[in-house]
Amino acid sequence: MNSESSPHVHAAPAYSDYLGPAVPDAWRPRLDAALAPDEKVLASLALDLDTRLQFRSGLVALTSKRLLGWDHETQDWRSWEFRDGMVLRHRDQAGVASLDLIDATAKLDGWRFTLALDPAAHNLADRFKAQLECVLAGRQPAPPEPLTCPTCDAPLPPGTDECPTCAREIHTPPSTWTLLRLWRFARPYKGQLLAGFILTLLSTGATLVPPYLTMPLMDEVLIPFQNGVPIDSHKVMMLLGGLFAAALVAWSLGWAKTYILALASERIGADLRITTYEHLQGLSLEYFGGKRTGDLMSRIGAETDRITLFLSLQLLDFATDVLMITMTAAILISINPWLALVTLVPLPFIAWLIHAVRDRLRYGFEQVDRVWSEVTSVLADTIPGIRVVKAFAQEKREVNRFKDANMHNLQVNDRVNRIWSVFSPTVTLATEVGLLIVWGFGIWLVADKSITVGVLTAFLTYISRFYTRLDSMSRIVSFTQKAAAGAKRIFDILDHVSSVPEPAKPQHLPAVTGAIECRKVGFRHGNRTILRGVDLSIQPGEMIGLVGHSGSGKSTLVNLICRFYDVTDGSIRIEGIDVRAVPVSEYRRNIGLVLQEPFLFFGTIAENIAYGKPDATRDEIISAARAAHAHDFIMRLPHGYDSLVGERGQALSGGERQRISIARALLIDPRILILDEATSAVDTETEMEIQAALENLIRGRTTIAIAHRLSTLRKADRLVVLDRGQIVEIGNHDALMEKQGAYFRLYEAQTRKLDDVAIGADKPIVPPHREHANA
Amino acid sequence: MTHTITLERNSFGQLVFVAPDGTRQQVNPVRSFPIAAPTEGIGLVNTEGEEVAWITRITDLSPASREVLEADLSTREFMPVIERIRSVSSFATPSTWEVDTDRGPTSLVLKGEEDIRRLVRPALLIADSRGINFLIRDRYALDAHSKKMLDRFL
Repeated sequence: MNSESSPHVHAAPAYSDYLGPAVPDAWRPRLDAALAPDEKVLASLALDLDTRLQFRSGLVALTSKRLLGWDHETQDWRSWEFRDGMVLRHRDQAGVASLDLIDATAKLDGWRFTLALDPAAHNLADRFKAQLECVLAGRQPAPPEPLTCPTCDAPLPPGTDECPTCAREIHTPPSTWTLLRLWRFARPYKGQLLAGFILTLLSTGATLVPPYLTMPLMDEVLIPFQNGVPIDSHKVMMLLGGLFAAALVAWSLGWAKTYILALASERIGADLRITTYEHLQGLSLEYFGGKRTGDLMSRIGAETDRITLFLSLQLLDFATDVLMITMTAAILISINPWLALVTLVPLPFIAWLIHAVRDRLRYGFEQVDRVWSEVTSVLADTIPGIRVVKAFAQEKREVNRFKDANMHNLQVNDRVNRIWSVFSPTVTLATEVGLLIVWGFGIWLVADKSITVGVLTAFLTYISRFYTRLDSMSRIVSFTQKAAAGAKRIFDILDHVSSVPEPAKPQHLPAVTGAIECRKVGFRHGNRTILRGVDLSIQPGEMIGLVGHSGSGKSTLVNLICRFYDVTDGSIRIEGIDVRAVPVSEYRRNIGLVLQEPFLFFGTIAENIAYGKPDATRDEIISAARAAHAHDFIMRLPHGYDSLVGERGQALSGGERQRISIARALLIDPRILILDEATSAVDTETEMEIQAALENLIRGRTTIAIAHRLSTLRKADRLVVLDRGQIVEIGNHDALMEKQGAYFRLYEAQTRKLDDVAIGADKPIVPPHREHANA
Repeated sequence: MTHTITLERNSFGQLVFVAPDGTRQQVNPVRSFPIAAPTEGIGLVNTEGEEVAWITRITDLSPASREVLEADLSTREFMPVIERIRSVSSFATPSTWEVDTDRGPTSLVLKGEEDIRRLVRPALLIADSRGINFLIRDRYALDAHSKKMLDRFL
């Protein structure tokens, strides 16, 4: 039964008109058993909750004749034949959605499910409505529209064969072998890395020569001298010369390898940093909304630095150590296999020790990292908000918050250090014990005359190095773990697929006239439905005013049109092409955006105006500034267009900043203009200046404006009134006033407020101390 | 006064507020502090989104009204409490967790560590990819295995 996959499901005659996600295999037999011979299944909804909101699987199915819902209590289907007045009412709240079957007088049945199934539920409800109408009217139902997403029933964007909404839901956790993934960044430096490796090999070999030379020095010079043989000065000179030459070669090779590898790893680190930042810039606003600035900054800055350090120094040292151990072991075995065996005994023990501690340390270091970003986050939170902190005299509290984050940091570090601190001395102890064993066994062998004193000396020289390296090698555990933790956090960013993905098969826009069409647009953020069923068609050159209470979804709709987010349901089309099928930057080039809080980057005014078109000529910049009514005040600044603005720059007023941002939008000459509360942050007088600047901007462009002050939208061709995520009214000012609906009430409320102010103007309300000062 | 608030349920299963003057309207109850103080400060909001009444404390209501209100809240509130974490697919996010909740076993997809919100100690709130909020009332009271898994994400 479970081998029946979805193609078979659709091939069965009862499923020939079926649309939407397939009926789960577990429910198929039960559903099929309930069907009448000529009954067709049209849609279904596999529930994941029961009516008491327990996680439990269930099924609602729409057939050509009725609605079937599984009843867990009677273990049978509850069947509802089509009747006049029946409605499937869909609602969602706090992460659960419900579908209620109601008629004119009462609720007949209801089902609960999580929002993951929302698209399927919409599909079921839509098809239920259509089928009900057809059955009641005795008509033959129209065949379902093809080419919709199998999961969510949204029309597929042309040119792509997977639904962008649903593809987004696939969650693939990144691999744990994170550090190996750094190879992607190392590949361009293959040559240098190989050269570095060969140099490492040679330089390590050179460092192993001196202990070898101690053997003849001991056996052929010193011991014979003790036994009365005079020193052969020529031999001594040769041996000492050999020692010095070996040291020189090791020095120069070591220098070359360190330099080459450090150069390569520094470049790998830079590439990593740049790639991460580049990827970050490509992510949607949704991603930035959910992250803290401090955390992202530390990931790109500190983590990449740590990885570079790891690659250039720590990993290199480790590789050298491993080479040295292997070479030493080979030399030792060639001199005396038995003594070599004894010397190497502590090695597996230390290896085990390293392995045992590795896991615990890794979690520890990951935690340390996270806590560290907590500390930076506190800083990133409070330093930009310092005015608020001071105004409310909350410095103490912020210090306490910082103290808490630091205490947390200490706690976690203490825990890690507890393990870490035992680790190093244990390795040292193992080293001492190892030396002891070699001394003991060596003396026994010397007494036995199986080895010379020179061999024992060479062995001791070799292994004292060998064990000190083991000690430092053990440190690689922590370095690797830290670097792996860092790499994971970098790859967390790199693996994050933008929720505003670039289309797989991009379609290019024809000449843009500015026609925008929203079809059944829905948007959900977390478990809040912000927009639903928004249908709006905007003509080229038209000015649309978006009106509604705050929270009614105006800004969200604008963000969707800018494609800062992607719609959850439905589609937005420009010139008839789904915006999801157009390359993001090509699409955005046609959009000019003026925000409530204009953001100026640190730089000159000219640079800020030319932000969207860096190759603009000075004349273009000036004429944009003139059109935006910004030229005059810019000329009054001490350095004119070369004045520095932005953080640490020239202080500009809100209206001045806004006019610069209008000039910025004007310069790119977009076909579509979006004004998100462009004038609400300024006083009435400044607003008039900005309005005059905006007139120039709006002319001949499709404009979508959001304004809290309805008076600023008088010029709009059409006003769209939104309420709780739905369009409630569309029309121009006069028509909507006549209708006396939602817009009328909004307008009345505002003018009444203005009147109140006007009446109050007779006797100005002045705080008492001011009155005193005026007197 | 709060005890003058009368609540009923209509044939559609909706909550209906009966004003002192006898007028009825359908309302949705909304808790103002669903986690910190679930039984205090419940607003009754009509279909227009306006608040028509305010219940300072749920205990102020008459027993009948209170029963209707609690029944309504229990069918609309959904914040499963995690009692045990059976397994997690990976310690890197996104990660799929198999959990036992007070509403039965289920799985959740954690998109990022920042979706674990620290509430007033020792409670945690975990938002999954579907938008469901899972509550952990006391992270220190979980069994050792669950605690170990959870620790890796904190």
